Amino acid sequence: MTQLTRKEEASSEIFTQEGTLPADPIFNNVVKVAGLAVIGVLIWMTLVVAGDSLPAIRQFGFGFLTDSNWDPNSDQFGGLSFVFGTVATALIAMAFAIPIGLGIAIFLTEDFLPEAVLTPISFMVELLAAIPSVVYGLWGIFVMIPILRPLLQWLSGGSSSGYGLFTAGLLLSIMVLPTVASISREVLKSIPRSLRNASLALGATRWETIFRVMIPAGTSGIVGACVLGLGRALGETMAVTMVIGNAPEIPKSIFAPAYTIAAVLANEFGEASGELHLSSLFFAGFLLFVITLLVNILAEIFVRRVSLERQ
Amino acid sequence: MISTGSPHKPDLIEELDQPLNFGRASFDKGMTILSIIFTLIALVPLFSVLYYVLVNGFSSLNWTVLTSLPAPTGSVGGFGNAIQGSFIIVALATALSVPFGVLTGIYLSEYGRDNVLDDFIRFGVNVLSGVPSIIVGVFAYGVLVIPLKTPSAWAGAFALAILMLPIIVRTTEEALKLIPWELRLASLGLGANRFQTIAKVIVPAAFPGIITGILLGISRAAGETAPLIFTAASSTYWFTRPNLPTASLATLIFSYATSAYNDLKSQAWAASLLLLMLVLTINILARFVFRRRF
Repeated sequence: MTQLTRKEEASSEIFTQEGTLPADPIFNNVVKVAGLAVIGVLIWMTLVVAGDSLPAIRQFGFGFLTDSNWDPNSDQFGGLSFVFGTVATALIAMAFAIPIGLGIAIFLTEDFLPEAVLTPISFMVELLAAIPSVVYGLWGIFVMIPILRPLLQWLSGGSSSGYGLFTAGLLLSIMVLPTVASISREVLKSIPRSLRNASLALGATRWETIFRVMIPAGTSGIVGACVLGLGRALGETMAVTMVIGNAPEIPKSIFAPAYTIAAVLANEFGEASGELHLSSLFFAGFLLFVITLLVNILAEIFVRRVSLERQ
Repeated sequence: MISTGSPHKPDLIEELDQPLNFGRASFDKGMTILSIIFTLIALVPLFSVLYYVLVNGFSSLNWTVLTSLPAPTGSVGGFGNAIQGSFIIVALATALSVPFGVLTGIYLSEYGRDNVLDDFIRFGVNVLSGVPSIIVGVFAYGVLVIPLKTPSAWAGAFALAILMLPIIVRTTEEALKLIPWELRLASLGLGANRFQTIAKVIVPAAFPGIITGILLGISRAAGETAPLIFTAASSTYWFTRPNLPTASLATLIFSYATSAYNDLKSQAWAASLLLLMLVLTINILARFVFRRRF
């Protein structure tokens, strides 16, 4: 690999020399414009979403974040309950997805099973990510909630209908599981074998090696995987909208109905009743955009650290 | 005379054979069992989703449902227009997204190695892939639905195209980078310039990988619901023009699943079966195309 890189370096000079045909400089500019268009879309998106939320920002300012009163009839909009629901469902999802996802990643990398058995299992875990979220929502309403309802009613003292914060978090955890599991698996796979062998040779058992050598060596990558999963959980819309119960208030218990930013956008955006209502929805969307942007940049930093370490 | 040490041998073996103390051994066993349980737990929802969609979907799937328009409750209707609408919106999105995606992938792999712009664009692609799909829908609403004053297939396709873009860019870049460096050298050595090398050697060699990226993008776009709810909205008529509201399978499942009528609920299962088969087939096909070449 290093040899190739040296060859690449040596040849990159020839490679950058422009040909006699005009096709090359033209094509160079065409692909550069396409690349810049991707950045352009991102900036455009920020401007549009921020611009359309200006009326609501002017009207409510930071009060939007501390007020949980959402009432389109009296033109009073506060987004606190949506922000709360978004963060709470994502955290519940991660509480399930991190241990289970990491467990799968370890199980699929640490020589427990032969390769012939592992490939189908990891393929199936990745298929979980391919199922459309609206199908998860349908399954959640007609399969998961009827199964969970007795348990939830017992836990909440009879008040739960099955729809609520906990159900949404649980369904979300299934959806972010593949992200956590497959990236952690890549990270664990990329750790040099010699590290594991050295630990085993010193007399550590398999799980002592995993906990004291493999996981510490892969920490930044695993954290990156979890943060990416968190980003997905925060923005996930359909399945959550279908099982969270859609109540615009701060829930009194973990089993009570709640609302998320994504869900209120899905439900109200199409039939917003007035300009301020629409603008408040744009504002809520802008908040979600900023939150997920920060989370994804954080994930990017962790994942980049892994590739730097490997170099 | 050096002793062979045979009298000491049993001791040595005994020392080497000391069993792991009970705590360490049971910790090891326990963790193994736990990780097996976790893996099984993760597979339960997959099989449960597939089972219920297959059983409920097939029992409510028939020819009328597939070919007719939605009808008022009580009479027999279907969602033929949603199937048609899904195909049209996804096709428009693919046509919009593929040129930008593939060209950006070519730029990242062939032109912009190790410069600042290259890093910047790659960062932008990663950020774009993390933007929630509903926000992309909000953006498309602001850009196309507000000025045109109506939801349309165009607006839905625009939103889906943005969602496909990062997938196509990344897969194209990866596929191009897998092509051995020597191939470029050979082409350059024969006197081709960079454009000729890319167009006639590199891209044809990486073609299956690029197709994989496009297929994965399509499979993502076909299942997306959130950005379509208020950009393409819904319709009870056959598709006529792309600047009118257009029905799609995904939004139909959402509105039927939460409806009060049982025949609509069973149509939601039938639509889910179609959508799931479509998405999974494209997804598995994509992996197969890629594996066969490399």
